Amino acid sequence: MKKLYTYAVVALLLFSSCSKDDPIAVNEEEVITTMIVTLVPSDASTNVTLKTQDLDGDGPNAPVVTVSGDLKASLTYSGSVKFLNETETPAEDITLEVEEEADDHQLFYTVGSGLTMGVASTNNDSNGNPLGTKFDVKSLSASSGKLTFTLRHKPKKPNTGLADAGGDTDIEATFDIVIE
Amino acid sequence: MSNFINFRKGNFNLNMKLKLPFLIFYFLVLSSLEIHSQNCSYNFSGTVMDLHDESPLSNAVISIEGLDQNILSDENGFFEFVGLCQENYKITISHLKCKSKSLSINLNGNLEKVIKLEHHINELNEVIVLGDSNKRSKTIYENKISKEIIDDNFNSNLGDILKNVSGISSINSGNSIVKPIINGLYGSRVDILNNEVNIQDQQWGIEHAPSIDINSAGNIYVIKGAGALQYSGSAIGGIVIAEPSKTFLIDSLYGKTLIYGGSNGEGGSIVSKLTRTYESGWFSTLQGTLKRFGDFNAPDYIMSNTGFIDKSASFQIGLNRFNYGFEFFLSSINNEIGILQASHLHTAGDQIRAINSDSILYVDDFTYKINAPKQKVTHNLIKSKVYKRFQGFGKATLQYHFQNNKRLEFDIRRGINKNTASTDLRLKTHTLIIDFDSSFSDKFYFKFGIKGEFQNNFPNPETGVKRIIPDYDKYDFGSYVISNIKLNKNWLLEGGIRFDYSKIDALKYYRKSFWESRNYNKIYQDIVVKELSNQVLTNPKRNFNNFSATIGLSKKVNIFNSVLLNYSIGSRAPNPSELFSEGLHHSSARIELGDLSFSSEKSHKVGLTLSHTKNNIRITFNPYINSIVDFIFINPIEIQQTVRGSFQVWEYMQTNARIWGIDSDISYDFIEKFTLKNQISFLRGIDTSNDIPLINMPPLNLKNEILYKNSKFHNLILSIQSDYIFKQNEFPNNNFEVFVPTTGKMELVDVSSSPEAYHLLNFRSTIELSTENKSKIKIGLSINNLLDKSYKNYLNRMRNYSHDLGRNIMININVNY
Repeated sequence: MKKLYTYAVVALLLFSSCSKDDPIAVNEEEVITTMIVTLVPSDASTNVTLKTQDLDGDGPNAPVVTVSGDLKASLTYSGSVKFLNETETPAEDITLEVEEEADDHQLFYTVGSGLTMGVASTNNDSNGNPLGTKFDVKSLSASSGKLTFTLRHKPKKPNTGLADAGGDTDIEATFDIVIE
Repeated sequence: MSNFINFRKGNFNLNMKLKLPFLIFYFLVLSSLEIHSQNCSYNFSGTVMDLHDESPLSNAVISIEGLDQNILSDENGFFEFVGLCQENYKITISHLKCKSKSLSINLNGNLEKVIKLEHHINELNEVIVLGDSNKRSKTIYENKISKEIIDDNFNSNLGDILKNVSGISSINSGNSIVKPIINGLYGSRVDILNNEVNIQDQQWGIEHAPSIDINSAGNIYVIKGAGALQYSGSAIGGIVIAEPSKTFLIDSLYGKTLIYGGSNGEGGSIVSKLTRTYESGWFSTLQGTLKRFGDFNAPDYIMSNTGFIDKSASFQIGLNRFNYGFEFFLSSINNEIGILQASHLHTAGDQIRAINSDSILYVDDFTYKINAPKQKVTHNLIKSKVYKRFQGFGKATLQYHFQNNKRLEFDIRRGINKNTASTDLRLKTHTLIIDFDSSFSDKFYFKFGIKGEFQNNFPNPETGVKRIIPDYDKYDFGSYVISNIKLNKNWLLEGGIRFDYSKIDALKYYRKSFWESRNYNKIYQDIVVKELSNQVLTNPKRNFNNFSATIGLSKKVNIFNSVLLNYSIGSRAPNPSELFSEGLHHSSARIELGDLSFSSEKSHKVGLTLSHTKNNIRITFNPYINSIVDFIFINPIEIQQTVRGSFQVWEYMQTNARIWGIDSDISYDFIEKFTLKNQISFLRGIDTSNDIPLINMPPLNLKNEILYKNSKFHNLILSIQSDYIFKQNEFPNNNFEVFVPTTGKMELVDVSSSPEAYHLLNFRSTIELSTENKSKIKIGLSINNLLDKSYKNYLNRMRNYSHDLGRNIMININVNY
């Protein structure tokens, strides 16, 4: 009886330790590495691109934040946003998923003190509540300050803004903006 | 049955030998006296005890031949005959589930005797060491949670029921995931044994609850410290041992059904257990538990998504003979546990919102539905055991255990991954144990054994989420010797050593940026298997040699007082999460980093126990000090920016630590039928290298209870319990500041501060009814948090997101048949 046990266990040990293949690498499909905001001015001058990119996701490297140029005063820009997962090749466009699940998402804009501009959503979810992946930016006088984009997952809808939206944050990116 | 008569003889030979000449002498003297006088004013009293664990046996029938007097022993096993003569009496003691015992007494004055009956056979450990109770450590006080307490609280989980013991608290993730803390330590530092099988899936995180159904256990024991070397040398916090119920050596079929309903969570549970025993030693038990609860509530709101479903079953079959026997045990546990929706946060900004809110961030209507985030945990266990006793020498035991654990954690996800778990761990463990218990001497006892273990962890890559715990194979080999020597009637010396070798062979993908930022690409160059574009596959291998030891003294000062003193050294190898963590831990909204270079942590614990038991008062006083070298803990180091926002980065580190404290238990029957109980647990934990307090140390806890028990009226029990938890003033300051866009300012994230002190009142009542066909029905009504007090618990990971449980009115019906 005892021998049988010993053999059984030894056999199991050998069995489980022999078959060893390299584990499959996981490419995280939901990571958002990159957010690109494109602002198209109504006067057909140069587009302004705001970009934050963090290719190692939750890894130690900080995101690289770039702003392509300054905004012009008293001008309307038509804005759109793209969320990308660039750990995959080709990069996966996560904006599509967010727009598909519009009822569960909303992109909020926070204009920091000093900066004189207004931002308003121009697209809605199926219930007629703002989704925010398309928006208008109206710049006012020359100024500078921070502009923050916050993507909330499962916010309360409708809401009066970030303060009472709840939900959890998928993206939070801040850009230094200058209006000249 | 002759086996058992031998058995008694074998163990009590010494006593008999000593007593026999005296008895003969007394016989002679007394019989000569008898002729001269006939004094009939003597009392004969005594206590009937279970031979195995010295627990008192109530309702034993004590009869004196020739007299028409039958007396039942009371709940303390006590009985008394008054007005007996100076005579030779023949006494018979019988008990429902025991073999009767006869003895002769010669009265020449009042006589008090302790009578031990062979009440049953304890299928776990039949060896009765020195006729003493079969405790696992003789010099560390062993707390016991009896079958009665388990039956009265059968709906509880292990962590909650253990809080009946002083010095034990719990660390919670909500109200259903409860891990025991023993003298300030938890997780891998506390081993949990279910029917001798060391539960493997509970070590890694606070949110991994131990997979055990307390209803498959008969008694639960707690050893505070690493002294129980036969099980483990790494349990520097302590060991929790759940033993199945003892079976009786009679032809019988019995069972119980327990039904529970609770107002909080609007759920219930049912437990059923059936046992068949034979006089020949065969036995089998089948047990099942089913629990279902919806969302629980705090006093002011529903804690959405906190329901759970628990399905578990166990089966045991075996043969219990004195000379040989075997046991086969199967247990399966399936849990589905909802995680508080409001705790699902991502960034530091989300944390600020939650912490600064007076209420809860997310409330929905009550439901039984369990949504993501949730856990699905499956734990299957097979144990087989054979033993053989060698007359006059000892007993050898061989065991093989297999555990298969599957843990699925579902997060709130987007797109096609919506219904895919984000953590999918499969942990398989094979264990082989050989033990030998000596029985050749009454004064000197030793036990030795070896253990081999193989463990494989497979984190399923199909989750599409980076694996925190990697693929690994782990090999363990352990061997121990423990011994105790009865120096004389009152002194006992105990000692033991254990050696464990452990090897972990992992395959882990590191993020390239992390690999390089840590300089691992230079230090651990040789373990790289292959490099991908942004990941590095590595093959870390670590070996650990751990030594543990215990030495202790037990002294019986007199029949009322005893002293235990123990010094134990324990060593624990770092666990996989301490070695390999690297990335965002979704359930705690922080990035956690392990360290490949960790060494084992070593604990030195000295514990003293003073016990006093006299008539109506019982006191246990247990101060201790635990000094831990290379204590592994997790500490915040910086804030990291990602596209998703800011996260706090926590890194596992090693330091030196010291935990000291006092546990005290007092129980006082101040007037007839009334008992006053007091329990104090106090401790301090210090990181001695940095001179700061340790995190998650239980605050001072004061429990008082007034209990009324009327054994003449259906065993009515009424009790009020007061539980006062002080504010923890000693905690490390791990607060940090982040930029909050809505306010445009840097704001403090207060993750450290402890909640205010709170006082809970609980009420408990039970009554027993007997039916004609001998089955016994016990009905209980209890109310937890009687005053519906709104409070937060420092040791609940959800404390920043929600209050703790509100009032709960519970009814339970226990039927024994």
